[in-house]
Amino acid sequence: MNVETTELTLPSRIEAVNEAAAAFAKVLGRAGIDEDAAFGIDLAFREAVTNAVLHGNKQDESKLVRVTVKSSPDWLEISVRDQGTGFDPAAIPDPTAAENIMKTAGRGIFFMRNFMDEVDWSIQPEGGTLVRMTKRF
Amino acid sequence: MAELNIRERQAGDVTVLDMDGKITIGEGSVALRTAVRRLLEEGRKKILLNLAGVGYIDSSGIGELVSSYTAIDKGEGQLKLLNLTEKLRDLLAITKLLTVFDVYEGETEALNSFK
Repeated sequence: MNVETTELTLPSRIEAVNEAAAAFAKVLGRAGIDEDAAFGIDLAFREAVTNAVLHGNKQDESKLVRVTVKSSPDWLEISVRDQGTGFDPAAIPDPTAAENIMKTAGRGIFFMRNFMDEVDWSIQPEGGTLVRMTKRF
Repeated sequence: MAELNIRERQAGDVTVLDMDGKITIGEGSVALRTAVRRLLEEGRKKILLNLAGVGYIDSSGIGELVSSYTAIDKGEGQLKLLNLTEKLRDLLAITKLLTVFDVYEGETEALNSFK
């Protein structure tokens, strides 16, 4: 099976999210993914990179975010690795619960889970968090 | 080219912000926040966001919409949304924010809804 792999190494600053998204859009374009699916996958990608920059590496520019995208005709896998201290995804409150609807943050992981088929997090032996998201076509 | 272009016009006592581009973390979200906060400082409390040209928003942008709504509401003003694109409407629906915001598809109807 033909699998295209794209790797990005990003500085931990907000501007890097747009730079990474521009590179990722090209991957989605080459994969020929339809516009509706591409919107959700692109959003999940942005949210994962944003989380790594903002919450994982806390915008510490001495730390890097490493992204790997594997794309095949049948599936797409996005891996985003930061150098932060990790977090418990189960502890993230449901942003659609009545008490959270008017909060100004906390919807990124919700979008990742909503638009991808699988999302899982792991703490890496060398430190940092790896989030892996898969979309099947 | 800016990530988000905001054009301002006045319709009676309602300020309409015609927005074109992306409301995403960084420049887009900041542009929205700056525009709304400036209007509030100027005492303009009836604000209609025309989102016809906004085809993309992320969680930060949605957070900024919520923050703007709350700030205007606290100032006893009103923030309403006009011309949501399909994608933006979908995101507001799944986050249950569609029921929070006052949303319109026609500008005349939206303008007439301000008290």
